[in-house]
Amino acid sequence: MLKDENPRPLLDVRGLTKRFGAVQALKGVDLSVLPGEVHCVMGQNGAGKSTLIKTLSGVHQPDSGEIFWDGEKVDLSTPTAALSLGIATMYQELDVVDGLSITENIFLGHERATGGVLHVKKANAIARTLLKRLGHGSLSPSREVGTLSAANKQIVSMARALSRDTKLIIMDEPSAILDAGEVQNLFRVVRELTAQGIAVVYISHRLEEIREIGDRISVIKDGQSTANNMDVADTPKAELIRRMTGRDVSNVFPERTPISVTAPVVLEVTDLELAGHFDKLSFSVRAGEILGFAGLVGSQRSEIIETIYGARKASAGQVTVNGKRLTAGSVTSAVTAGIGLSPEERKSQGLILDEPIYKNVTLSTFERFSRTGLLDEAAERRAASEQIEALELRPADPQRPARTLSGGNQQKILLARWLVHGTKVLLLDEPTRGVDVGARAEIYTLIRRLADAGTAIIIISSEIEEVLGLSDNVLVIDNGQVLAQKTATEIDEHGVLDLVMKGSAA
Amino acid sequence: MSKQKIEVAEQPIAASTQKQAENSGTSHRSGGLVQNLMHGPAGRSLGLVVALVVLVLIGLITSGDRFTSSENMLVILRHASIIGVLSIGVTFVITAGGIDLSVGSVLGLTSVVGSLTAVQAAASDSTWLIMVVVSLLVGAIAGLINGVIIAYGNVVAFIATLATLVAARGLAEIISERRTLLVTNTDFTKFMRADFLGVPVLVWIFALVAAAGWFLLNRTTFGRRTVAIGGNLEASRLAGIKVKRHIVSLYVLVGVAAGIAGLMMMGRTTSGTSTHGYLYELDAIAAVVVGGTLLVGGRGTIMGTVFGVLIFSTLTNVFTQNNMDTSVQALAKGAIIVLAVLLQQRFASGKVRKAKKLPLKV
Ligand SMILES: Nc1ncnc2c1ncn2[C@@H]1O[C@H](COP(=O)(O)OP(=O)(O)OP(=O)(O)O)[C@@H](O)[C@H]1O
Ligand SMILES: [Mg+2]
Repeated sequence: MLKDENPRPLLDVRGLTKRFGAVQALKGVDLSVLPGEVHCVMGQNGAGKSTLIKTLSGVHQPDSGEIFWDGEKVDLSTPTAALSLGIATMYQELDVVDGLSITENIFLGHERATGGVLHVKKANAIARTLLKRLGHGSLSPSREVGTLSAANKQIVSMARALSRDTKLIIMDEPSAILDAGEVQNLFRVVRELTAQGIAVVYISHRLEEIREIGDRISVIKDGQSTANNMDVADTPKAELIRRMTGRDVSNVFPERTPISVTAPVVLEVTDLELAGHFDKLSFSVRAGEILGFAGLVGSQRSEIIETIYGARKASAGQVTVNGKRLTAGSVTSAVTAGIGLSPEERKSQGLILDEPIYKNVTLSTFERFSRTGLLDEAAERRAASEQIEALELRPADPQRPARTLSGGNQQKILLARWLVHGTKVLLLDEPTRGVDVGARAEIYTLIRRLADAGTAIIIISSEIEEVLGLSDNVLVIDNGQVLAQKTATEIDEHGVLDLVMKGSAA
Repeated sequence: MSKQKIEVAEQPIAASTQKQAENSGTSHRSGGLVQNLMHGPAGRSLGLVVALVVLVLIGLITSGDRFTSSENMLVILRHASIIGVLSIGVTFVITAGGIDLSVGSVLGLTSVVGSLTAVQAAASDSTWLIMVVVSLLVGAIAGLINGVIIAYGNVVAFIATLATLVAARGLAEIISERRTLLVTNTDFTKFMRADFLGVPVLVWIFALVAAAGWFLLNRTTFGRRTVAIGGNLEASRLAGIKVKRHIVSLYVLVGVAAGIAGLMMMGRTTSGTSTHGYLYELDAIAAVVVGGTLLVGGRGTIMGTVFGVLIFSTLTNVFTQNNMDTSVQALAKGAIIVLAVLLQQRFASGKVRKAKKLPLKV
């Protein structure tokens, strides 16, 4: 489709470099995007993908290198400069204002107004059309964005990109917070855009997605372009991984260890109910077992584990750990009993962004590193360093503030926290969200190793393949109800989707 | 290619996901209609109306007709007007996540400069509007200095305006040589002390400023961006808003409000002195916060601020009517502020609720 014409690139980037203090984030990156194509940018966590797109959206200024737009050299000194050229960006960290309505967010910075006076009705009407076009016509434009799920916030972010006269939309890991169905919806929109000649730069760690939606791929490794404009169809997966990591990674899940019949039940949930979300939920997890929750976003999976953890107060039913009953709605009771939770929304719920990595890692265990009330920071740093090593966290410097890490590496900090903690029951909500291929395999192995050591684990993931590949047993959950309980090997991705479809039709 | 196959499955999946996402979105954060109402703006102003009604009832019970007479109502309003104008300005900076501690002393400074002999001489040669222009200009310049230091010097608003609070008072003392300057321009004082349709001009000014403030905050791009900056500064910047420039204009705006308040003060007292507006910044901030504007920014309400101001001035009036000690009055004020903030935390935005939900012990 595009190959034979050899058209002029819409965006042409040559030799971009960018340094943050001691970190050389970009060391020479090239990128060439054609009109109407989906150009995928790949690379490991910390490779410099987000930094690259932030220089293209006017957030960061490159130290050297040139950017050509439609054949002309441009200087993108502010976000406004990029936006007015027609470059719209959906950032990795959601960039919406919670206190404003959907419409207000969509038109933020380019409000529909005459002489500064807003046209509220007109803006709402356009917003409604945009939402419909994005397949979310049922969302009310006047709804406050703070009340939306992360996936719907992203819809708002995309509507904002479309509300401008855009020629290029940059999407930085949009699918990280989406489930299978929503990813298909996203792709439908992307196809619609490219059909109109709009170019899309698409960043993702999921290779299957790239295969499905991408036209060409460019790879960045350690801030440097290692491959440009490879054809998606012609590039084998193994080659891509090699270009990204510089080595061969087998993305297979670790082998399951058969759970002995005598393994004790560690976590027992009986008739648990959270009014308005789910009721009469019963299941148990044995020592050494990994139980997966499969389902779509909005299926109440997170609510279930947050209730087990006591962050939400159960309206009925009980949770026991090793036969000991927990107090409903008490996180302290859960933590004392040995439950750990790695939450879904890490930025707001889990990380103290301005503190160094090691303090974030030991946040829930720092008492252990204290003697007579004085903290032993050296021991804290040692413990953190071990986990940094195990998870390949980059940069491997425990002193770096969490804020300066790339998205995927921030995720690893949270995982490290519970690995240090040594819990009896570990609840993992989307543990590999935004984590690159190489590190994913490491994380899977680590989770399996924890289970083998006797931890009972519950894992939630929007990637059904991941739930099925990693778990021993699976609960298929929809709308707060268990549709099926299966051994992971008994069911495949289609089986899960079929169940969910039938469940929601009923 | 696999593209074909997937397109078939796409519609039903998208549709069902959407339905679920929508479900979870609504049912997940709000439990029922009543709670929804309480969480909304209606709920917050409802609380304020109730508080005001309770105060009026107390006034009625303790002082009867003396309290409800129309003269007394005007006393309450006139008392509210100067703090009211300051509070409207302060609402804007707080909504944007800032704070202005200097409004009280800038008020004093504008009153001093506006009453200078030279200015009044120029005014009597032409028109008293000269005094108005000069005072507003002084307020605007003070605000400009605050804004530039905060936005471009990256100094925390609390510190920057604290410095201005001290400095403006000092400057006012130097200019006035610590004397009280009399406002001799009778055209000016006559205007400021007049009634229009049976209501004092000072009250009209407050009403106009409140109406203009409401319009600016709720109906203009300026207001919208103010809320956005307070809610998420980074997102606002990424959306292409010129954040620094906007912040400067906000402090200029509150400076102008202090200038208007300064003029009202000159009219009411027929004097300009460096002690005018002493500690007014605290009353203004208290009124704004009690009104329901979030101190962390991202949500502001002019209506709430007006109620906040009225609640405090009614309270003062009830106490005065009953000849009660000003110390008791201060105590009651303090209690109201704490109560209001506690209520705010119960009802207020996701920001506060989310923070409470943190499943970590920090
Ligand atoms: N503001 C900053 N200050 C200091 N260092 C930074 C800053 N932003 C990024 N970096 C560093 O630059 C490097 C590249 O980060 P970037 O966010 O671009 O990675 P990424 O490829 O997007 O990774 P991920 O897949 O995890 O999102 C990292 O080493 C990161 O720590
Ligand atoms: Mg990134």
